[in-house]
Amino acid sequence: MPAVNDTVWAAQNTTPAAIEAALRELLLERHNESDGYVPARVLNLICIVERQWSGEIANRLRRVGRYHPSRTIVCAVTEGRRTIDAVASIAADATPAAGQHVLTHETVTLDLGPGHLDHLGTIVDPLVVTDLTTVVWAPHGHWQAVDALRGLSQCVLLDSLEDPDVAGALRRAQALLDQRYVVDLAWLRSTPWRERIATVFNAPTQRHRLAEIAALRIRNVAESGAAALLLCGWLTSRLGWPLGQLTRDGHGRAIGAMGAVEVALESVHQDVPGLGGITIGFRDGSELSLDRGPGGLAAISRDGHGGERRWKLLGASRGEGGILGEGIRQSLLRDPTYRDALNAAAGMLT
Amino acid sequence: MTVADLEPNPLAQGLERLPVAPTNLVIFGATGDLARRKLLPAVYNLAHEGALPGRFNLIGVSRGELSHDEYREIAAESIRTFSRTPADESVLAGLLDELRYVSGAFDDAATYQALAAALAELDAAAGEPMARAFYLSTAPEFFAVIVDALGAAGLAQSDEVDVRAVIEKPFGTSLAEARGLNRQVLSVFAESQIFRIDHYLGKETVQNMLAFRFANGMFEPLWNRNYIAHVQITAAEDIGIGSRAGYYDHAGALRDLVQNHMLQLLTLLCMEPPVTFAADAVRDEKVKVLHAIRTPAPDEIAEMSIRAQYGPGESGGEPVVGYLEEEGVPPDSHTETYAALRLEVDNWRWAGVPFYLRTGKRLARKVTEIAVTLRPVPHLAFEQDGSLGVRPNQLVLTMQPNEGVSLSLGAKIPGTRMRIRPVNMEFLYGTAFLSQSPEAYERLILDAMRGEATLFTRNDEVEAQWRICDPIVSQWAADAATLPRYAAGSQGPAEADALLLDGHQWRAI
Repeated sequence: MPAVNDTVWAAQNTTPAAIEAALRELLLERHNESDGYVPARVLNLICIVERQWSGEIANRLRRVGRYHPSRTIVCAVTEGRRTIDAVASIAADATPAAGQHVLTHETVTLDLGPGHLDHLGTIVDPLVVTDLTTVVWAPHGHWQAVDALRGLSQCVLLDSLEDPDVAGALRRAQALLDQRYVVDLAWLRSTPWRERIATVFNAPTQRHRLAEIAALRIRNVAESGAAALLLCGWLTSRLGWPLGQLTRDGHGRAIGAMGAVEVALESVHQDVPGLGGITIGFRDGSELSLDRGPGGLAAISRDGHGGERRWKLLGASRGEGGILGEGIRQSLLRDPTYRDALNAAAGMLT
Repeated sequence: MTVADLEPNPLAQGLERLPVAPTNLVIFGATGDLARRKLLPAVYNLAHEGALPGRFNLIGVSRGELSHDEYREIAAESIRTFSRTPADESVLAGLLDELRYVSGAFDDAATYQALAAALAELDAAAGEPMARAFYLSTAPEFFAVIVDALGAAGLAQSDEVDVRAVIEKPFGTSLAEARGLNRQVLSVFAESQIFRIDHYLGKETVQNMLAFRFANGMFEPLWNRNYIAHVQITAAEDIGIGSRAGYYDHAGALRDLVQNHMLQLLTLLCMEPPVTFAADAVRDEKVKVLHAIRTPAPDEIAEMSIRAQYGPGESGGEPVVGYLEEEGVPPDSHTETYAALRLEVDNWRWAGVPFYLRTGKRLARKVTEIAVTLRPVPHLAFEQDGSLGVRPNQLVLTMQPNEGVSLSLGAKIPGTRMRIRPVNMEFLYGTAFLSQSPEAYERLILDAMRGEATLFTRNDEVEAQWRICDPIVSQWAADAATLPRYAAGSQGPAEADALLLDGHQWRAI
């Protein structure tokens, strides 16, 4: 969020109680300045990062636009540090005119050491806004801190694409999902694809074709295997197809309503992470392909006799900032299909 | 077979955006103000969000002689200027690539032959017949003409796809006209195909009234004549009529806002809980509220209604002209720019509770709100000395500009004495949700394409609304002499106080 004005407090070797008191003072100060400043009260985000990369994470958070958390607590970890330094600020993106309200967002940055992470719950607890959903995000993999915040948080934000060990990433998501809700950005990358595929089969004249699917080819950037697996897991779990383990080169076979369904995950090159395309083949030789393109997904329908139709499924690219923002927004919702999709995806690799 | 006849689509579960059938959207009045400022940007924003159907085409119909390319330019410019999200040129190009423009008079059969040809061409390109949504964004006198012509051209019905007609307001200018228009429209389309727009119903905060009332246990026990003293519904604007003199001078404040938007707000506030939130279940309950409002008798109208017209004054510190000096307004106009009513809902829940409705142009500020004033406590044990007073609690639902809910409470002033003053407990939507509210038209266009009618007005609702307002319109028209004035930028005419029952007062605008 591009702040136009900040109210800032900072202290070295401080305590959570002192930081909490300072936040109260800062809020009061802002309110006294103008009662048009209104604190956003949607969710808390606790973000655990390596100190040296904290600037990059701050940049990513700035790009989420209107999906900015109400209170962000950044725990910046430095090897060897034993004390806590803190900077608290309240930012507004405008100055309120008469009769107008301007939202404010609070950010607390804690400089701490690895030794603090096992006890992070008692450090952060006084700093979160009570009764709001609290989301934990550890983009640099401080999983012991995520575990320490188990009692304090309701949701864990993660991106399975960031872990080169895809199987490990999916297993971790499964384990976390047993404790809290999980929002996986890799899953959210497949949302437009899932919406479009659902639309294809929604018409009464097309619904029967779900049973006639014979092949599924999902194209993804090599490093984005988790997104492809989750999309495949979603389709197979929604349609109730038992799916065995994939081969090392990404091939497998599911049992569809009318027999075997050949599954293949294929690598493609593109500038952005995530999915590149999907082709759904039918038993009569026809197929439907959706591929990423400018301004939306390019659709091609081939009828198996050489006939072809092309059209575009419109939609603007969300960009990485948009996907992170969507992740923050989704932490306040519940997707009942994610767990089944995740289990099916993980099952393809075990 | 329709979607409703099938098992639910297993792939749709869990998705926030439900699938919409492939659709050709036809906008009549495609070069008009509404189309350029609202409809085209709304369609673009749906495209930007990926919410349009997988296959979607736009056809503009209007009288002006334009080529497809010329209309494409107009549409692109409108979207770039008025869209709430900056236009992504690749999405915009994708949306407008297949845009068609049909030029012709609305009463000319050739226009509809050209339209039918364009629709057939687009269906052929898609390889399947696509649903049709006709959006009538024209002057009201063309509604019946267009509907009749669509019927005559065989475009209003299909055995293969859904065909729907979206009709803008005003739906008639009197009860007789509304009934006549309903008869004509229903001779061509079934009621389930008709979507009468009241864009207020597409606003998030208006829809939230249903959630507020029926998802919170704390309000419903109080929501009746035993606890509520009176209700005020206000739709105030600080601006004048701008360039709308042609329309406004014929309509006036009562027809412009009270007959539709404000009565709709009243129904949402007063309705009983519906059995489900299906369109007809909700609309059945809303229409019952309208039926419970007595048709004003001629001798009651002077007591329960007031109208006025703004004179010169000040707005935002600047002098502004009165209504009669506005461009395009006849110097002897008797059109009201302010209307206020006192209505009663004669049913078990609301008997005896006055509902005050007021709307006006050039008032002190822009605000749309519903203020529900509770009855006072039966006994006050506190001394009133030094207090600002214990006032009855007031619950205010604000639709615009600061969307939210506030509740006034009596609280002790810090100090050694028990002195009381009212304080506000406020909730602002903007502080509690991450999402930006979509424009009302985005929601309504999508709902119409999906066949979801909850947020549209049914024929019996429209007629019931006119039944309440028609006698007042007629009497005001017959009595041109009595038209109080109020200064622009003020709280409205002092005469409006006469509507209030003993002990009641207007909330400050």
